[in-house]
Amino acid sequence: MESFFSRYRNATVLVGTLFVQLIMLATQIKAPAPASGAPGGLGGRPAEGAPLIRTWATGILTPFERLAVYTGGGVRTLWHSYIDLVHTRSENNELLRKIDQLRLEQAKMREDAEQGQRLQKLLGFKEQFPSQTLAAQVIGTSGTDTSRVIYIDKGTSSHVENGMAVITPDGIVGKVLRADSSTSQVLLINDPSSGAGVILERTRLNGILQGTSSGKTQVVDVMSDENIAVGDKIVTSGGDRVYPKGLPVGTVAGVAPDEQDGSFLDIAVKPAADLAHLEEVLVVTKTAQSAAAQDANLDVSPTRTVDMLAQRLPSVPEKPADAGKTGGAGGKAAAPAAKSANQTVGTAVKSAATTQKPGVAAEKNAATGATVKPAQPKAVKPATAQPETAPPSETETPH
Amino acid sequence: VPARSITREGVEVHRFSPIATVLVPLFALLLQASVPLRYPWFNTLDLPLLVTIFFSVARRNPIAGTATGAIIGIFQDALTHRPLGLFGIAKTVVGYIGSSIGAKVDVENPGSRLIMTFCFYLLHSAVYHLMARGMARLDIGAFLWAHQLWAALMNALAAVVLFAVLDRYKLRS
Repeated sequence: MESFFSRYRNATVLVGTLFVQLIMLATQIKAPAPASGAPGGLGGRPAEGAPLIRTWATGILTPFERLAVYTGGGVRTLWHSYIDLVHTRSENNELLRKIDQLRLEQAKMREDAEQGQRLQKLLGFKEQFPSQTLAAQVIGTSGTDTSRVIYIDKGTSSHVENGMAVITPDGIVGKVLRADSSTSQVLLINDPSSGAGVILERTRLNGILQGTSSGKTQVVDVMSDENIAVGDKIVTSGGDRVYPKGLPVGTVAGVAPDEQDGSFLDIAVKPAADLAHLEEVLVVTKTAQSAAAQDANLDVSPTRTVDMLAQRLPSVPEKPADAGKTGGAGGKAAAPAAKSANQTVGTAVKSAATTQKPGVAAEKNAATGATVKPAQPKAVKPATAQPETAPPSETETPH
Repeated sequence: VPARSITREGVEVHRFSPIATVLVPLFALLLQASVPLRYPWFNTLDLPLLVTIFFSVARRNPIAGTATGAIIGIFQDALTHRPLGLFGIAKTVVGYIGSSIGAKVDVENPGSRLIMTFCFYLLHSAVYHLMARGMARLDIGAFLWAHQLWAALMNALAAVVLFAVLDRYKLRS
């Protein structure tokens, strides 16, 4: 036995080393789930395991990466700030003009945004948006095309957590895959295992943005009969609960039938962010429900849809005294009720709606998203208190 | 232990200082992780693989070559979000075969280094794809021969230059 090992020592070491790594691989790889666990899906997650070696490797290399980036930044700053100053004055004047122009555009956009927020609030759409971001420096990559990840110089000590969205002003970049104490690994959107919910801005079609093995991005799960044109803008849909809604993703660069299922399209996407030359990114550390209510000056008291509709409907002129007589028995009963209820259709609609479901303790308002309690029937308003007895002729126009 | 010795086949065996043994692979990993930030084409090169080939061939010891490939490969795996061991296994195989070949054949001249690295790159890619697609079921794309051959050529050319630089770190007796 001893002679066997001494004779085949090299091969034994090789087999042993490979065996150990195979076991290590096997312990990390999870059996794919039937649907959601498939690579590339929104539910695709990296295999977990052996975090210590990853932490060691990251801990050893990232200080050097950080030093290299900072040193390189210093050299570049020295060059650009003190040596390479040709055309600086003309560029400065040009930039000043651009700043003035941008200020005007910013003021206009701010007003448009405020108006949009007010309208959104009225319509009651819940929307998430980045309310707090953290600037981070890109300090490294995986160094291979088979794993499209980057490293940033912010980690859990800066309140970065797994799953947070990473963006640039141009568009989305990826999401935090693993946050260490001072660094984080970010999975780019062009990696095959990444996914993001997107929507085509022009057609409002929903789809899933995925990366490909060649480092490109595409939108899948779009029916082939949809009207999609090259150049269409794509934004995040917010449905994946990672990226806030409405962030730019890219533009349609090409459309082709899906290779596996011809009834779907593969939409090639040109990312808005330059994923190959990332230097500084923003980590969305906090997404808030679109509670622009805190900032806006609108009255945000819960308003029900029926109330809003009632306010928009035209008022009905005061009925003549004999209107109840011509309306039959029901009309007679309704006449005092209408008077006591300010004799407006809006009030009548409001009253009827208030007592439609008396057994319901609270209802979710579709427009505002707020939970409101139904108003208690008032005894002084017969039409409100006893809607079952009130004839429908009250809200009808006289024949 | 002498800095240089001779194998049974008459091929010279080299040794390296512990500092070079540790820092050279670390520096290769650092460059591999940092340079693509500015120059994405740098991903075509696989500096950790070139360092693995260099050390394993120079030491001509299969056990040392196996260990070198395994350690460098696992460190490279750790920088990705893929399972640990894919690069580790590929570089372990390369390190073992490289040291085995180096013990029998003198691969010190640039021509043999070019051909050797070209072949090892293809072997490394083949093993990696086999493990990643066959065992880990990862979507890393098809094995594109044209791309692989081009990358192998680029790495082989880089190896000729890199190995000439790393020759300086061989200990002299």
